[in-house]
Amino acid sequence: MQIDLTVNGKRASLDVEPRLLLAHALRDYLNLTGTHIGCDTSSCGACTVLLDGVSVKSCTVFAVQASGHAVTTIEGIGNADSLHPMQEAFWSAHGLQCGYCTTGMIVSAVDLLQRNPDPSDDEIRAGLEGNLCRCTGYENIVKAVRAAGAAMRSGEARHSVNELMPIHPPREEPPPSGEGIIPQQLQETKA
Amino acid sequence: MAFTAMVGARIRRREDPRLITGRATYVDDVRQVGTVYAAFVRSPYGHAKITSIDTSAAKGDPHVLAVYTGEDLHHAHNLKASLPVAHKMPDLKTPPHYVLALDEVRVIGEAVAIVVADSPYTARDAAEKVVVEYDELPAVVDTEKAAAGPPYVHESLGTNVAFTMPFSAGDPDKAFAEADVVVKQRIVNQRVAPVPIEPRSMVANYDAGMQQLTLYSATQIPHLLRTQLAIVLGLPENKIRAIAPEVGGGFGAKLNVYAEEVVVSWVAMQLERPVKYIETRSECFQAMIHGRDQIDDLEIAAKNDGTITGLRLKITANMGAYHQLLTPVVPTLTLLMAHGCYKFENIQAEVVGVFTNTMSTDAYRGAGRPEATFFIERAIDMVAQRLKLDPADVRRKNFIANSAFPHTTATGLTYDSGDYETTMDKALALADYTGLRKRQEELRKQGRYLGIGLSTYVEVCGMGPSAAMPAAGWDSATIRIEPTGSITVLTGVSPHGQGQETTFAQIVADELGVPIDQISVIHGDTDKVQYGVGTFGSRGTAVGGAALKLAIDTIQAKAIKIAAHQWEANPDDLEYRDGKIQVKGDPSKTMSTPEAGFLAFMGDNLPPGLEPGLDATRRFEPPNFVFPFGTHICVVEVDAQSGQVEVVKYFAVDDCGRLINPMIAGGQVHGGIAQGLSQALFEEVVYDDRGQLLTGTLMDYAIPHAEQVPHYELDHTVTPTTVNPLGIKGIGEAGTIGSTPAVANAVIDALAPFGVVHIDMPLKPEKLWAAMQAKPTNGSVQ
Repeated sequence: MQIDLTVNGKRASLDVEPRLLLAHALRDYLNLTGTHIGCDTSSCGACTVLLDGVSVKSCTVFAVQASGHAVTTIEGIGNADSLHPMQEAFWSAHGLQCGYCTTGMIVSAVDLLQRNPDPSDDEIRAGLEGNLCRCTGYENIVKAVRAAGAAMRSGEARHSVNELMPIHPPREEPPPSGEGIIPQQLQETKA
Repeated sequence: MAFTAMVGARIRRREDPRLITGRATYVDDVRQVGTVYAAFVRSPYGHAKITSIDTSAAKGDPHVLAVYTGEDLHHAHNLKASLPVAHKMPDLKTPPHYVLALDEVRVIGEAVAIVVADSPYTARDAAEKVVVEYDELPAVVDTEKAAAGPPYVHESLGTNVAFTMPFSAGDPDKAFAEADVVVKQRIVNQRVAPVPIEPRSMVANYDAGMQQLTLYSATQIPHLLRTQLAIVLGLPENKIRAIAPEVGGGFGAKLNVYAEEVVVSWVAMQLERPVKYIETRSECFQAMIHGRDQIDDLEIAAKNDGTITGLRLKITANMGAYHQLLTPVVPTLTLLMAHGCYKFENIQAEVVGVFTNTMSTDAYRGAGRPEATFFIERAIDMVAQRLKLDPADVRRKNFIANSAFPHTTATGLTYDSGDYETTMDKALALADYTGLRKRQEELRKQGRYLGIGLSTYVEVCGMGPSAAMPAAGWDSATIRIEPTGSITVLTGVSPHGQGQETTFAQIVADELGVPIDQISVIHGDTDKVQYGVGTFGSRGTAVGGAALKLAIDTIQAKAIKIAAHQWEANPDDLEYRDGKIQVKGDPSKTMSTPEAGFLAFMGDNLPPGLEPGLDATRRFEPPNFVFPFGTHICVVEVDAQSGQVEVVKYFAVDDCGRLINPMIAGGQVHGGIAQGLSQALFEEVVYDDRGQLLTGTLMDYAIPHAEQVPHYELDHTVTPTTVNPLGIKGIGEAGTIGSTPAVANAVIDALAPFGVVHIDMPLKPEKLWAAMQAKPTNGSVQ
């Protein structure tokens, strides 16, 4: 079947089987591999994208259902030159480890803030119930969403990856004892 | 002067930009022209004879390139090899474990045939066209029934017992004879599934011209995988390249060599096409290793003052139907860690490994140590409950004293360093333990049941000395100073979320005095990286990072010789300070590492006899394991009407020695706590009596959502180790090990007024509600 959709602002015309899942259309026809697949029961949320601005699990949508609609994937949320505040917040708050659930989690969180720009921690946890993460224990994801909300509410400009690297300003003081290792050689001379 | 130390700083991870923007390359994102797709035909039975396989319909499908069965591999192609199990156990029974089943299937999901087609969809369609006829055989899934007799998983063995390992230390009989109290308890540590969000994924390609096999796999051990592929496929190892690109979580489940990896590689060689196989989540539940599944029968002897004097223990461990890479090793680690952070010397134990018609158990985050920590921490609470003592006091009474380190345990380990009382005190203060106990008492009077659970764990990690490992325990690092000054680091460990691209760069930045963005850390490709053992057992930084430190030492020594020649100085008069070379005590003239690297590249002005180039490859052989420790405190409230558990608060004070990036270390603890808490409350793999998997999807198997876990409050203490030159231990598994008993102890503490002494995990509402139907008393009970 011929379908026409807009993906990350660009028109795409595809010839697909009716049974093709949107997740596979994005990944295998359009090479947008940031949308991940983690289950076969619509439980994990790794494949979350925005369909006409609203989050959906793209493994539960047929590609043909998206015809005539606009899809935003993680690649369209932001990129290295212009990170979405949610992407920046996940980075700054260490809201990811292996990164596999992260792209879907970020898209879901973007949708959550659209609906509720200033959620409480409990509302964030409830709002992300459709996305599973096995690495982070969710602590820093909640922190990231909170931080992104604050940044978005204050209208903070987007940053690029390069602006945020180097990541940490040089210390003016030695690290407090116990905070980190001081390599032996430096330890002797800096003591 | 600015103090630029990166080590110890909470810097953002350098791997994250590609991950947060969807630009990372996991195995399923690897695109190769001409790729074809595999699907496996799997056993729908827990135990059955294969009577016939008809592949004709599948082979007649125009989308299908090939179909192979076990018979094809075994007879037509002479691929007879069995999957590897790494162990040093003389009497271990190791029945053959073929990559595709031959004649008989022994676990649901066992691969019977592979179908290769032109798309993932057509491959699955065609797999359904393979007609396999089975005669179902009696299955056994209960570990104790299996240990007792037939039916046998492997008929030819005439037993289901894979091994028995007795152990005795001290004088346990005397300890029990002289005990004031003996607490007996059977503790079931239920089977759980690792559930990395990325399932097993692989794509193999064979370059017939070069006779080169390349396998991309979501693995934690690319080099060990390459070695085992060479053995199983009978190929020269130098003609195999294993690549672990971005890997979406492992938790030990990707520390293995799977049948599918071998079959997909072999098929790629037959077809000379890239062959991709991405398992479904349902397949992942069936055919990826599981964790835990032990029955621990214990008796603990104590004095009236709470002093523990002895332990009798029988560990009955479910191996599953076959050994995977480390299956039999896991329960032996439980035995090694049986006495936790306590000093009793008298232990009598037996470990029994038993085959059943279930998926293999193997290393899952903690691998044997969570089981040990669980029963010993439960036992301490049971002793406290029996003697009406505070659980914190019983722990304090039995801790190995600070002055006793290094401490050789009754099970023969040497604990490197520890300060158990300080971490516990810090945790007790953080949680306001005294206040919590008061609050508990008040609430009980109102018919509300608050529970406070402690867990003071020690774990063995930094795996490990080669002599104590089933295979090599060392790891490697290479550092290259490139001619234009950037630095390439190649590490033999294979991180998949642990952040070593950042932490290793932090170490190099400080030691070699270069900005962190000039350092690139490469891992996970056997054609790029010198042999390494991989990431598991909380060893990445404790072993791989230690190798990196050795490589730094070698680079610095050579750079000093180069500078000394330039400056016509004696190398002994020079030193590295703040990452630069200078005359000792005189910072007026310096040479940077990149400057020395450039001179080494030019090669025209080097000391006589010194080779050009500035690079180093070093290997670190750990002289011992490392033993991180800590105290976790969990506070729950159990609803008497429903049995529902609310985790009210969670505190963790961990000690993994020195920290390179406290933010990353904290993240490891968070995730570990969630996994351990989830075992205590939610997770359980269930098979029925015929070996059918009842928890085969994420709809039936509960890994926690954000709402189901609490906020974690963390702190740490720092007790360095002398086992490695960084003074660091390991933090990958600590959270999982510490949390399960803390949560269980909290729930059972909440139920103490109902006379509850122990309930097996998962502590689901229906079990707790049933236990709360007794009439409550006013405090702890007999």
